[in-house]
Amino acid sequence: MAIDHVHSASPPQRGATEPESPLPSPLRIGLSRVVPELKNFCRRPEQLALTFSMPAVICILLGSIFSTKLPNSDTSTGAVIAASMLAYGILSTSFINLGISIAADRDTGALRRLRGTPATASSYFIGKILLVAVASLAEAVVLLSVGVLVFQLRLPTTLFGWFTLAWVFLLGIISCSLLGIFISNFASNAVSAAVITNGPAVALQFVSGTYVPLIVLPTWMLVFGSIFPVKWMAQGFRSVLLPSKMAAFEPAGSWEHWQIFFVLTAWSIGGLIACLAVFRWSDKK
Amino acid sequence: MTHADQSSAVHVRGLSKAYGRLHAVRDLDLDVGYGEIFAILGPNGAGKSTTIEILEGHRQRDSGHVRVLGEDPGTAGRGWRGKVGIVLQEASDSGMLTVSETVHMFAKCYGKVRVPEEVLELVGLGSVSGSRVRTLSGGQRRRLDVALGIIGMPELLFLDEPTTGFDPEARRQFWDLIRLLAHDGTTILLTTHYLDEAATLADRVAVITNGRVVAVDSPARLTGYVSSAATVRWMEGDEVHVEETDHPTDLIRQRSRDGAELAQLTVTRPTLEDAYLQLIGLA
Repeated sequence: MAIDHVHSASPPQRGATEPESPLPSPLRIGLSRVVPELKNFCRRPEQLALTFSMPAVICILLGSIFSTKLPNSDTSTGAVIAASMLAYGILSTSFINLGISIAADRDTGALRRLRGTPATASSYFIGKILLVAVASLAEAVVLLSVGVLVFQLRLPTTLFGWFTLAWVFLLGIISCSLLGIFISNFASNAVSAAVITNGPAVALQFVSGTYVPLIVLPTWMLVFGSIFPVKWMAQGFRSVLLPSKMAAFEPAGSWEHWQIFFVLTAWSIGGLIACLAVFRWSDKK
Repeated sequence: MTHADQSSAVHVRGLSKAYGRLHAVRDLDLDVGYGEIFAILGPNGAGKSTTIEILEGHRQRDSGHVRVLGEDPGTAGRGWRGKVGIVLQEASDSGMLTVSETVHMFAKCYGKVRVPEEVLELVGLGSVSGSRVRTLSGGQRRRLDVALGIIGMPELLFLDEPTTGFDPEARRQFWDLIRLLAHDGTTILLTTHYLDEAATLADRVAVITNGRVVAVDSPARLTGYVSSAATVRWMEGDEVHVEETDHPTDLIRQRSRDGAELAQLTVTRPTLEDAYLQLIGLA
């Protein structure tokens, strides 16, 4: 260790006259964490591959299996699945990603170390939420490309279409992120977090219309799936990426935009309350 | 706030903490002055880590009066955490970031900071600043922990068993670093189960066992806590003689009155280790 440099490196600091430097705001600390969070995320190739290729690969596989056109339409079941798959993509970059990475941060001591600094919980979550936002945008670009190039999805042509896409996307990220943060409290490490996030996620794909169209589901599955945000996100994405007459193939026969808005908002508010109630910096009491 | 609260960096009275039926810390008192290097010495499971974690604000206490830099660590805010540096006992975070990126990230949390590159030089990680954290050796990882603990120029630095797993050379370098920080005016509170570490480094040592402080003094004075009788040993023929006496010079003079050489003669005094073992009830 370079002992000789001591005095140049760290001049005597203590003194009554020394001016106090103000602490950076929690927001500024949070923003400063975004780039390191992204680096930490991008430098795990296996995690990156799983997050981005799984939804795309499953989309291509399922879409190719269900290639027949739906009755009285030009749209294939594959296109319906491709549009819905955007919901799985978001679930993957928000719920699964956050559930695992927060459990890992607690397990490795990252959260405890941060707790010992002037950073606040909000600083930490600002970093995480912006990480999710960037990853989800990238995921959306990947899946929309697959959808447009392989399954002839059409991007919205109206301002209202883009507006709908934007708020479904945003509320989807928020509600799923909060659920991911919530569920991370029940995992003791990254491995157990992977199990308790991926398990429910796969089950939700089946009951939410992302793996199989909703019209083929038994009623109880449809009812069960309607409780969770994935079904509503997928429905919102279908409403802007499929021709409008495809609404006839929805369980309700319409896109139900207000219902989508209310369910996703309710999950966001409930998720926030749940997170505030159970979030812990470490396992120590 | 009482006078004692302000004149000590750490002021603890009657601290207790139990995990279920296990009383990790019982009725513990502690005072650490500003600018001191203070060691909490004790065997594994004595309550050292529990104590330091309560002082760091990482653990809630069951009862007792605790003031660290004049504030209760259980409720202290961001400003207080900006003045306290914490070196965790085990951490494996930031694995995918480089050493330099990690230090820069934590530097953004504080108002008043050391220059990250200078801190890395100071802890001897200048040459690996571009390496991923997960490729570091155990000793390097520990030095990074220290770098993160001191980046915000803390007034008080907590170190929980900082040199566990170090080789002798690395430990000596680490001790130099701690002395250096203390020289700059940083108050240092460390836990250790290494007697030599407490003896060489600390101005004062609190020996704790079973969650209680059994002695607090300078390392030199702690030795005086046990009987100061000297032990004289020598060989006569095939026989080893051992005698404890307060007057070893007299004893040797009598034994070699005829000028005979006493074979393998040694005179020993109780060491700090003897005092320590006696204090924790193992001698």
